[in-house]
Amino acid sequence: MATIDIRAVSKAYGGHAPVLTDIDLSIRDGEFIVLVGPSGCGKSTLLRMIAGLEAISAGTIAIGGRVVNDLAPKARDIAMVFQSYALYPHMTVAENMTYSLRLKKTPKATVAEKLEAASRKLGLDAFLARKPKALSGGQRQRVAMGRAIVRAPKAFLFDEPLSNLDARLREQMRAEIRKLHAGLGATSIYVTHDQVEAMTLADRIVAMHGGIIQQVGSPLDLYDRPANLFVAGFIGSPGMNFLPGRWDAGARAVRLKADSVLPVERAIDLPDGSAITVGVRPEHVGLGGEGGLAAAVELVEPTGHGIILHLRLQDQPFKALTTDRRYLTPQESVTVTMPADRLHLFDGNGDRIA
Amino acid sequence: MRAIGTLAHRLAILAYIAFALFPLFWLVKVSVTPNDLLYSEGIRLWPSRTTFEHFRFVLAHSDFPLFFRNSLIVSLATAFVATALAGFAGYALSRFAFRGKLTVSGLLLVTQMFPLVMLVAPIFKLLSPLGLTNSLTGLVVVYVAFNVPFACFLMQSFFDGIPRDLEEAAMIDGASRFGAFRQIILPLTLPGIAATVGFVFTAAWSEMIFALMLISSNEKATFPVGLLSFVSKFSVDFGQMMAAGVLALIPACLFFLLIQRYLVQGLTAGAVKG
Amino acid sequence: MTPAPRRPFLQRLGDRAEPWLYSAPALIVIAAVMLVPLVVGISYAFRDVQILNPFSGGFVGLDHFRALAGDKAFRVALVNTFWWTVLTVLIQLLFGLVLALLLDTPFRGRGIAQALVFLPWAVPTFLTGLNWAWLFNPTIGPLPHWLHALGLLAEPSNILSDPNLALWGPITAAVWWGIPFFAITLLAALQSIPSDLYEAAAIDGANPFQRFWSITLPFLAPVIAITVLLRTVWVANFTDLIIVMTGGGPADRTQTVASYIFTQAFKRLDFGYASAISLVLLFLLLAYALLILLLRQRLIDRDK
Repeated sequence: MATIDIRAVSKAYGGHAPVLTDIDLSIRDGEFIVLVGPSGCGKSTLLRMIAGLEAISAGTIAIGGRVVNDLAPKARDIAMVFQSYALYPHMTVAENMTYSLRLKKTPKATVAEKLEAASRKLGLDAFLARKPKALSGGQRQRVAMGRAIVRAPKAFLFDEPLSNLDARLREQMRAEIRKLHAGLGATSIYVTHDQVEAMTLADRIVAMHGGIIQQVGSPLDLYDRPANLFVAGFIGSPGMNFLPGRWDAGARAVRLKADSVLPVERAIDLPDGSAITVGVRPEHVGLGGEGGLAAAVELVEPTGHGIILHLRLQDQPFKALTTDRRYLTPQESVTVTMPADRLHLFDGNGDRIA
Repeated sequence: MRAIGTLAHRLAILAYIAFALFPLFWLVKVSVTPNDLLYSEGIRLWPSRTTFEHFRFVLAHSDFPLFFRNSLIVSLATAFVATALAGFAGYALSRFAFRGKLTVSGLLLVTQMFPLVMLVAPIFKLLSPLGLTNSLTGLVVVYVAFNVPFACFLMQSFFDGIPRDLEEAAMIDGASRFGAFRQIILPLTLPGIAATVGFVFTAAWSEMIFALMLISSNEKATFPVGLLSFVSKFSVDFGQMMAAGVLALIPACLFFLLIQRYLVQGLTAGAVKG
Repeated sequence: MTPAPRRPFLQRLGDRAEPWLYSAPALIVIAAVMLVPLVVGISYAFRDVQILNPFSGGFVGLDHFRALAGDKAFRVALVNTFWWTVLTVLIQLLFGLVLALLLDTPFRGRGIAQALVFLPWAVPTFLTGLNWAWLFNPTIGPLPHWLHALGLLAEPSNILSDPNLALWGPITAAVWWGIPFFAITLLAALQSIPSDLYEAAAIDGANPFQRFWSITLPFLAPVIAITVLLRTVWVANFTDLIIVMTGGGPADRTQTVASYIFTQAFKRLDFGYASAISLVLLFLLLAYALLILLLRQRLIDRDK
């Protein structure tokens, strides 16, 4: 197990716009880090650079204090779980899981011992003699995990390992990965585009967009205090509502369209009249309260445990989440309230204010 | 209406099969027709008596077993050497992005369009001081070169069908790139390798122009050379010639069965090669 | 941004060289057996190279080409090459297209039928030539008798020795041998046409013939174009059947440029003259390829 230090790392393919720009990240020993972002944000490239599958254009990556820029993947002592699982089709489950140990000429008894321990942990005992073709998707995923576990490497890398599973299995494997990590305590870097996976798995989330790190922090940090509009919109489901407005310094309020005013009750160091974006999560929107804003109801989506109301507020799409089943009956309009302590404020550049 | 369409379709298929098989059937028919019936029953579909005398003669009293052996040696050696070389080159084309890759692919493609008959004279002249004319080794060298480009495209398409993740996983598991190639990629490409061997074998087995030019003695003759000289020498004994022809057909058909499944991939990979 | 530490020279060199190490053996063989002889062959075109004449080898400038300009057999060969190539490719294409369409509809036993109709492709070309020569031979082959019975031949004679018909012999053999190639290529293209297109067209009320015109043909057109282009070059160079069946005869009526090159090199051992003809053939083929590429460019530009 080891720390991983990424210093000023960039990646560019000759002549094209950079894929990654100036990435700095220190990962503590035993930490579970999730790289999250939409596709094309550079998260997989960063993971592949740590693995040694992709050359580093600038900067350094160190694993356990040793710079690995010029080391071949095999010399980095890391294990990786691929989205496609990348199981060797011509080898049995046991052979797949022990391939790395056999390459290192580990004594047979040790190999058998480690295989036993790993396969018991993952519930694969019954399948050791099978070829990957004869396994279900979930079992294949476990074998891919097992192949990583038997090695006891310095770090585990996961490249969207659950994307190919159906929703129920994904939930189950998510919990198992978390439990495995608790047991092994190994440094792990996990790439996903699914913010729920990121929230549930991570010690710290690294949110990426356009090849740049947008925010690093604990899941609740990112949920409670998103650093900018991108993170605010990306974390949370349904996504955060945004309303454009102007700062009224005198009233300590945001002036929205149609002369409605949102009191903020915070001291903000912005010139009067600056552009400002107000964000509020659908689950924090109050319905039917006093002094609220009127919103037209466009669509009612029952999810079972709650209801998502698709509204139109001041000509902006706006969502509210409620468990009150009265709202299942279609209505023309509702009044919405936004508690001042639940408001997120972003300046004209999209950065969080205070 | 639909029934008539179906009937016409089946009849058309049957007509094609008949057209494809008839010449081969005739070859077999004449090869088992006794000499005394050859002319009297010239155009009967099947002789009233059959014999294996022609085969017995060809196998026991002619040089055809020798020609057969020579052809087999040349074709097998060509097939294995060309496939090995093409395997490495095809792997490079499939897996590396390198400067000059386009030039290499372009060169391989051009050699496929190229009138090989142009090379008959210079190759003869160049091989002769090296002692490679009238030599099976010389033929293998020439055939390998002619078949490598096509085999490269074929192997490249087989490698392209194997996900990169697999060798990346192997490299992370501790294998070198060559180790991943040998332990992971090669075993998975075995069917493709077999198909490539089959394609090259078939091509080498039927090559005639360069064999005629480069081989001058009976001991070194490959099957086409032997058969054509037999035709010009003893052009009267049709039964024996056709028996020899049937023998030449056998390995080609065996390899055809081997590569049948890959025909589409093969012919589209080469697109130019017969 | 800190620059990445410079990697050791040898290691960088190793990374660069890796793909070349893998492809080197193949490239070396190709260079030695194809590129070097090509250059040497071009030089022969301007030299007097005759195997039987130990005093040959001198530089003769454009003499070969002058001789070629007055060589009647060469002019005949040019005309023959044109007919041989055009007829062979077109008939192969026609029969191959029909076969591909027939095989594209699923029916019981399709796998076996497919294997059987593709079998001719596996038959060695020398054997194909001999086999068809025998079939055209009235002594042992049925074809002259059948053609006579159909009224196509005045008497059951060998068309390979008839100067007016002889070229049809190798063409028939080439068609027999080459149909599978077209059929396989076109079948692969047919099977890549999404079936919902046909379903949509059928729902829109198109009959099978209209579906063929409006969906199948436009989809096949690019494949047909590229296959015909490549096959034309290939067939033009393909000499095996002519050499085996007619040897260019009777009276050079089946001699193509490619078989003429072989005859000059193999029978007369006049490598200089053979190389001069080769050079002309190479230029003709290059001109043809260029013409096709230009036409294609014109078509693409017009579509814009």
